[in-house]
Amino acid sequence: MSAAVGALPAQNVPLPEIPALVVPALGETLLMVGITMAIVVLVGVPLGALVFNLAPGGLFPHRVAHTALSWVISIGRSLPFLILMAAIIPFTRLITGTNIGIPAAVVPMSIAGIAFFTRIVENSLRSVPGDRARVAIASGASPVQVIRSAQLAEAVPSIVGGLTINTIAMIEYSAIAGTIGAGGIGYVAVTYGYQRFDHAVMLTTIVILVATVALVQLTGDRLVRRLTPSARDRRAAARGPVSA
Amino acid sequence: MIQLDQLTKVYGHGAGATTVLDHLDFEIAAGEIFAVVGPSGAGKSTLAQTVSLLERPTSGRVVVNGADLTALGERELRAARRRIGTIFQSDGLFSRRTAAQNVALPLEFLGVTPGERRTRVAELLERVGLSAKAGHYPHQLSGGQRQRVGIARALALRPSVLLADEATSGLDPASTASIVGLLKELRDELGLSILFITHEMDTVVQLADAVARLDHGRIAESGRLLDLLRDPASVLGTLLRPPQPGVPAAPGELAIDVSYTGEVAGDWLARVSRAVGADLHVLGARIEQVHGETVGTARLAAPAELRGRLLPLLAAAGLSAHPVGSDAAPALEVVA
Repeated sequence: MSAAVGALPAQNVPLPEIPALVVPALGETLLMVGITMAIVVLVGVPLGALVFNLAPGGLFPHRVAHTALSWVISIGRSLPFLILMAAIIPFTRLITGTNIGIPAAVVPMSIAGIAFFTRIVENSLRSVPGDRARVAIASGASPVQVIRSAQLAEAVPSIVGGLTINTIAMIEYSAIAGTIGAGGIGYVAVTYGYQRFDHAVMLTTIVILVATVALVQLTGDRLVRRLTPSARDRRAAARGPVSA
Repeated sequence: MIQLDQLTKVYGHGAGATTVLDHLDFEIAAGEIFAVVGPSGAGKSTLAQTVSLLERPTSGRVVVNGADLTALGERELRAARRRIGTIFQSDGLFSRRTAAQNVALPLEFLGVTPGERRTRVAELLERVGLSAKAGHYPHQLSGGQRQRVGIARALALRPSVLLADEATSGLDPASTASIVGLLKELRDELGLSILFITHEMDTVVQLADAVARLDHGRIAESGRLLDLLRDPASVLGTLLRPPQPGVPAAPGELAIDVSYTGEVAGDWLARVSRAVGADLHVLGARIEQVHGETVGTARLAAPAELRGRLLPLLAAAGLSAHPVGSDAAPALEVVA
C-alpha cells in the first residue's frame, strides 16, 4: 500500500475540485448498477420462476433439475464478491475482452446479483398462496399464463421489495468492483479517501453513498406500497381523518 | 350433465399405495344439485381436484356432456377445464386485481377481446349482485361478496358444470344462505349441473336434490335428499337431520323414531293414539320444510307391550317407524 501511495502525488484534492471528481464517479456508479440491475431482473425473474416451479409443488416439479439449479445458485451466493470477481476474470475477459473498467465490473456484479435475485424471486413466489395457481389452472390458463398472472403478478410487491435490497447490495458491490478500475464512487473513496487519507473526499463519498442508498430504499418502499392495494388503503385511511 | 365413471385415484405405488377415491360412480343431470358429504379424510378434496381436472384420475372417467375429459392431452385438457367452473373454499381471488379484473381472468386466459370482456364481466357482476363493487379490491369485500366474485369468475366461460368445493365453509350463516340462494337461482336459469362438496349438513338440506356420503374413498350411501330425510334407518339421513332435542324414555317404555313427509295428515299422532287405545308420549320432535315439502321426525314413547300393535298402525298411517335400540343395524351392515 505504501508503495502505491508513494507513486501518487501525496496531496489533498482542493475542496472546490471535489465535485468535479465525485459527480462523474457517481454517474459511473449509477451506470454500473443500472446496467447490472437490468440484466439481473431480465435473468433473475425467469430463473426464480423456473426454480420455484421445478420444486415439489411447482407447475413442473423435477427433482434432479431443481437440485442442480439450486446448487449452482447457492455456489454463486456463497462466494464473497471479491473472490467471485477474481475467480471469473477469464470468463469476464472472454465476454467483454477486458478485465478492467465498467464492462468488466458488470459481469461479476451481474452473476452475483442474479444468484441473489433468483433466491429473492423464488422466496417471493413461495409467499403467494397456492390457491391462486389452482384457480388459474382451473380457469384454463396455460403454464406461462399461470406464472405470469397467478404467481409473478401476485408477488410483485414482494419482488420489488427484494429488488430494493438487491440494488443496495449492488451499490456496495460496485465499490468493491471500483478497486479493479471500474471507477465510480467506491473507487474514489478507496484511492483518494483511503489510500491518501483525504478526509474531505472520504466524507463526501460517504455522504453520497448514504444518500443514494437512502433514496433507493425510500423509492422502493414507496413503490411497494403503491403496488399493494391493501397498503394503499391503509395509508388513505390514515390520512383521511387529518384532511377531513 | 356430468358423469363419473368408476373414478379411482391412487397415490403412491406398490405397498405404500393409498386409494383415495375408489371406483366412484355417479351422474349429475343438467339442473341438478348433487351434494357430496363426508368427514375430513374421506377423499372430498381429492374428488374436487379430480373433477376439476387439476389431478388426473388413476383410472375411470369424468364425462361432461358425453365427452370424456380424462383421455385428453395437456392442451385439450386446458380447453376442457373451461366446461367446468370451480368455486373454491378459499375464494382464491387475486389480491392485486379488482373484483371486475378477477372475474375477467378466465376470459383473459382464453384471449377474449377487451371490449367483449368488459361486457361479459359487467353482465356477470350484475348477475351476482355486485355491480356496485366492480372496482373494489378483495380486501375491501366481505367473505360473502368475495365468494360471489368467485362464482361470477367460475361462470365467466359459460360452463355446464359448476363444482363447489366447500364453497360456503367458513362463511357466516347469512352469507351462506345468500350463496345457497344464488346457486339455486343459477342452477334454474342456466341449467347447471352443480357438484357441491361440503361437510356442512345443514347447507346440504337447504340446497341439494341428491346427496352421497363419501367414506374412505367410496360412496357409502346415496339417494334423493327427501328420501334420505324420511328414512329413519339411513345413516346419511340421520346426519342430515338436525339434532333433535328430546328426553329419554321412562323405564319399561319403548322408544320409537318415526319420520314422515307432507302426504301424512297433521293429526297422525292423535289418530294413532286412538287406534292403539293408549296415549303416546312425544319425547322429541322436529318439523320443517325442505324443498317446499314438510319433513317431520319425532321420537315417541309407548308401553313396551304395545310394540306388536303400534308398529303396523304407524306404518298404516304412512310413517316410517323404527324402534330405538334395534338401531339402524341393517343400514350399517351395508356400509361396512
